[in-house]
Amino acid sequence: MTGQLTTRSIARFMMAPAVVFLLGWMLAPLITTLYFSFKKYLPLRGGDLGWVGFENYVKFVTASSFWPSVYTTLIIVVSVLVITVVLGIFLALLLDQPMWGQGIVRILVIAPFFVMPTVSGLVWKNMFMDPINGILAHLWKFFGLQPLEWLVQYSLGSVIMIVSWQWLPFATLILLTAIQSLDREQLEAAEMDGASTIKRFGYIILPHLARAITIIILIQTIFLLSIFAEIFVTTAGAFGTKTLTYLIFQRVLESQNVGLGSAGGVYAIILANIVAIFLMRIVGKSLDAKAS
Amino acid sequence: MARSIKFQRKTINTLIAWAVGLLIFFPVLWTILTSFKTEAQAINDPPLFLFFDWTLENYAVVQERSDYMKFLTNSIIVAGGSTLLGIFIAVPAAWSMAFLPTKRTKDILLWMLSTKMLPAVGVLYPIYIGCIKLGLLDSRTALVVILMLINLPIIVWMLYTYFREIPSEILEAARMDGASLWKEIAYVLTPMAIPGIASTILLNLILAWNESFWTLNLTAAKAGTLTAFIASYSSPEGLFFAKLSAASTMAIAPILILGWFSQKQLVRGLTFGAVK
Repeated sequence: MTGQLTTRSIARFMMAPAVVFLLGWMLAPLITTLYFSFKKYLPLRGGDLGWVGFENYVKFVTASSFWPSVYTTLIIVVSVLVITVVLGIFLALLLDQPMWGQGIVRILVIAPFFVMPTVSGLVWKNMFMDPINGILAHLWKFFGLQPLEWLVQYSLGSVIMIVSWQWLPFATLILLTAIQSLDREQLEAAEMDGASTIKRFGYIILPHLARAITIIILIQTIFLLSIFAEIFVTTAGAFGTKTLTYLIFQRVLESQNVGLGSAGGVYAIILANIVAIFLMRIVGKSLDAKAS
Repeated sequence: MARSIKFQRKTINTLIAWAVGLLIFFPVLWTILTSFKTEAQAINDPPLFLFFDWTLENYAVVQERSDYMKFLTNSIIVAGGSTLLGIFIAVPAAWSMAFLPTKRTKDILLWMLSTKMLPAVGVLYPIYIGCIKLGLLDSRTALVVILMLINLPIIVWMLYTYFREIPSEILEAARMDGASLWKEIAYVLTPMAIPGIASTILLNLILAWNESFWTLNLTAAKAGTLTAFIASYSSPEGLFFAKLSAASTMAIAPILILGWFSQKQLVRGLTFGAVK
């Protein structure tokens, strides 16, 4: 009996540092953000100017920049999700086929994921999208077309392209892992029964990938909601690329309106948590599955 | 006959896959190639692929002008420090959750994961002002601690999924043989857990190396990491493609190599064990 008790207290003791650190990391900033969100607080222009109730919350959503930033965020998240999942399925199916040098192709496809966001933002912005010297400009000229000013004329599309390039490997890798766990015999049986490629894809492969796709969507959404560096180094939020994250960043650090920015931060936290709840359900289920 | 069709299909697959792979890899390849050109060659029309005068000049210029080594050192210290500190805190926690699970273990694991969902921008100001008050703005210490905390849930989760695969019978056998808890950890568990711990370290080095919200917002001249170093190139200045490429190549090379070794763990780590 005493043995059990000590084991349990040892377990607690070993878990304590991680739990305490994470609890502190979560609560202290969260409470501070909530605290500031109810204050008029301008560090460079008078400091703490007292409690204002929900004024910041109202101001943040009624500001003319709020809804555009929400749309921009949603367009980026949804477009990148669609692009990465659709192309990811195609790529995963392709990489699953027998071929020569599969390992090397895989390495080539995964590479963008390891490129730090500031690098991919700047490389795309300058060496590819520069309207005079960029590769794409050369390509357009080669076909006798007028080179585009990517980040000015098609700024949102360009950002989506850069971010999709970064996240495609992640989707591909997960989908490939899922495809490789597919029951080959089932596929062969369907082929023998005369099921067409499209039918085999629609009735066997796609349902098998459903879980992987859900997980990709949830995890990417959480990361995509807070993309920052890609916008910071390309457009700095100009030309309709100001996301909610970027808007809050500008309020807090650029215009030093902490109260207003904090209220925005609370909105961002709520938004992320809505997505998180669904992700947690799935992960929780896989935990149960493993335990049984 | 059947064999030749198979051969044909394999050839076609290979061609398509290599074409797509190279297309996706092209921006990285182009950056590496451009880093060996002179500035004039970098913007040559039409673009030069392989036939140019290869030079290492850009690397020297970049190092001289912005002290690349300082940023590299900062990146290594911040990524390495936060990962090691995280492992140090997470190993006992993951160990106890995997081998001494209680009713609340699952809740604790999920709660840890939920802290990862906290959007950084939501807590930007408190952290920013906290760093100023503690005199830690633009310090490596602050970054080490913050990046450790950001990645701690992933570290705990990854270790937990690896530890769970170690059969507990082995531990029981060791206990029967009279091994104390510490001996059990040192001589039985650790050797079996090393591959898992190594992959966890690898993935977290990558995540910490590329983290670019806090490293951009909390550093200036002193503690700037490579993400900040590259961001300083965001305002163009004359001819700079070759220099930008050299700087970029130096910033991504170490992690690209590490990353290729860790592809398998990547899936497991980033899906919290839900896809393996």
